[in-house]
Amino acid sequence: MLRELVRSQGERLPTNRSPRAPLDRRSFLMCALASGTALGELAVPACASPSALSSQSGQQTQNDEQFVVEAKFYEKLPNKKIKCKLCPRECNVGDKERGYCGVRENRGGIYHSLVHSRVCAAHVDPIEKKPLFHYLPGTVAFSIATAGCNVNCKFCQNWDISQSRPEQIPADYAPPQRIAALARQFNCPTIAYTYSEPVVFSEFLMDTADAGHQAGVRSIVVSNGYIQQDALRQAYGKMDAVKIDLKSFSESYYAKVVTGQLKPVLDTLVTLRKMGKWTEIVYLVVPTLNDSDAEFRGLAQWVKANLGTDVPLHFTQFHPEYLLKNLPITPVPTLERAKAIADAEGLHFVYIGNVPGHPAQNTYCPQCRKMLVERVGFTASTLLIRKDGSCPFCRHLIPGIWHA
Amino acid sequence: MSALPSASRRDFLRQCLTGAVALGASRMPEAQQAALTAKSRVVVAHDPLLRGTGSTVDASRIQSLLDRAMLARFNRDRTVDTPLAAWRRLVRPGDRVGLKVNTLGGRGIASNLELVEAICERLQQAGIKTGDIVVWDRDSQEMERAGFKLSIGGDRVQCFGSDRVDYEDDLAAYGSVGSRLSKILTRYTNVLINIPVLKDHDGAGVTIALKNMYGVIHNPNKYHPNGCDPYVADLNMLPEIRTRMRLTICDATTAMYEGGPAFKPEHSWKCNGLLVSSDPVALDATGWRMIERKRAEKGLKTLEAEQRSPRYIVTAADREHRLGNCDPSCIEVVEINAEV
Repeated sequence: MLRELVRSQGERLPTNRSPRAPLDRRSFLMCALASGTALGELAVPACASPSALSSQSGQQTQNDEQFVVEAKFYEKLPNKKIKCKLCPRECNVGDKERGYCGVRENRGGIYHSLVHSRVCAAHVDPIEKKPLFHYLPGTVAFSIATAGCNVNCKFCQNWDISQSRPEQIPADYAPPQRIAALARQFNCPTIAYTYSEPVVFSEFLMDTADAGHQAGVRSIVVSNGYIQQDALRQAYGKMDAVKIDLKSFSESYYAKVVTGQLKPVLDTLVTLRKMGKWTEIVYLVVPTLNDSDAEFRGLAQWVKANLGTDVPLHFTQFHPEYLLKNLPITPVPTLERAKAIADAEGLHFVYIGNVPGHPAQNTYCPQCRKMLVERVGFTASTLLIRKDGSCPFCRHLIPGIWHA
Repeated sequence: MSALPSASRRDFLRQCLTGAVALGASRMPEAQQAALTAKSRVVVAHDPLLRGTGSTVDASRIQSLLDRAMLARFNRDRTVDTPLAAWRRLVRPGDRVGLKVNTLGGRGIASNLELVEAICERLQQAGIKTGDIVVWDRDSQEMERAGFKLSIGGDRVQCFGSDRVDYEDDLAAYGSVGSRLSKILTRYTNVLINIPVLKDHDGAGVTIALKNMYGVIHNPNKYHPNGCDPYVADLNMLPEIRTRMRLTICDATTAMYEGGPAFKPEHSWKCNGLLVSSDPVALDATGWRMIERKRAEKGLKTLEAEQRSPRYIVTAADREHRLGNCDPSCIEVVEINAEV
């Protein structure tokens, strides 16, 4: 069975197919074509997945129980209730009920994850597609997801997996060692936890990161950052790099559009900084909802004050999806306005995303202004940064993880 | 020549307007008509001997109790003088009828099998083909654990969960809710009879008729914050649900006043009853009061005092939703007791 790739926040595919549907020949070709275009000269197999996952793991059918493990982050309460301590939502979950994420269930007072090794999407993606621009440019990541999410963004591009329960989506049994082996098999130096919301499959993420590191494969996570501090330190402490979707700089937007809170996400960013994790921020600019000058400026000032000027900040283009189909695509001038404001506040690496060919997709030296990384689509076509991470023209140190 | 009183322009417009309202109302679900025009009737039927001397529900007694409750519900209209006439008011031959049960709590607190069989019996007598009746919930395994025997295809009564046929790919959306609906609802039925249970819910306060619709969608976990308010009301506004909903028959043979939604025998009681209404809001309001009475009897705080009063019931009756009545002065509770 082939679980096809899905789009992450910044990605778009030419077809709008659900991962629930098996691939027909036409779709497979379109998928391969799209990925091939994206991958460019890297010549990596387009769809790594999942046929490989199931055929070699020997699991052809979905047995729900094989994916169940006790959750790591929760408190037991009287009367067989539990309080989830994974994300700031802190769901109080009665016996036989699930948390907001839909992938954690209370069974007799013990909280369980239902998605360990339950991979519903897998693909070999360019790292630029996450996007991570200052982390091993030009490499690919073995990218996986399970069902579920701890928020409900009205613009979600992958809502058909993120907003579903695990049993509603075909998945393969792919334990951590298998994921690590597949990453090596497909020449991926990195495993990426992405597409849905990795917070909700933290146990699987942690075990897979360990397996990957034992096999010499790194791990990165693409996350909303809506996670409690203890879980953050334990789970994302195992990551080599992190991309956080900071969806807005206003609590009301988080309440209305995201169904979450801003403050815990900001706390996450500060903690990641203290932990020394390489972190990049993506801000999806949604017309009329989070695109004011004041919000852009407030965001840039907060980043500068709390994280420093070297954190990459990506302003990406919104496309109408899910419950926000009434809004237009973000105009490019709006993205350019956001970048100009952040640049003016002194941030060194402000990018524009989802706009192929835009010069703000390249990396420039903040000191001599020379172009150091040129990107075409999701491919880093030119990488001039030296092995020691410095600019070849002025020797200014460019922050990031540039070489394996 | 005697002239008929001539209508003034104002009178004519008023009559047209009244007529339009009446015409419009005739196409509305009954609960909404009631919300606009008359009291909602909720029948609360009890039979202290429902279980005889054993612990299981007696099939013939529950059939009899159901008949009396249906008659009490529909006998406002004098043409309804038998239980079968009541069922014929509800369904017509050719209808495909979904019986949405609640099986989350397992055998201890699920829609009663004997009750469901009694309903199927009367539906068939009212002209519904056996194969056009679907007993369903969200998950087949949960249904089996509650004692239902799955049946898919053929001329028998159909019985299976949404997991067997999946959910629609497209979202149905209203207000705070955006969900994929079970294909059982959208493709197998044009009439919905809701068969919830009467129980406490640790988050929502109570779960009875309105909240049983959480079993119709793919993402109920998204709608539990804030005591399920306004999610329950918004969900019940979806046209696919609203236009099909004809009746709620709440199984209160066993009920729970605390500790729900999972079955907690120590917090359950043999209520030996049924609640029947075409107005799910009125039925929920009535069931809520029954649970509060039992909580008081057991020395427990009110749901309000525990900060989990089911506000969604009030929301369902508000001006935006108008799914029915929750004001007691707009609800006619008809209590009937089985012959002993």
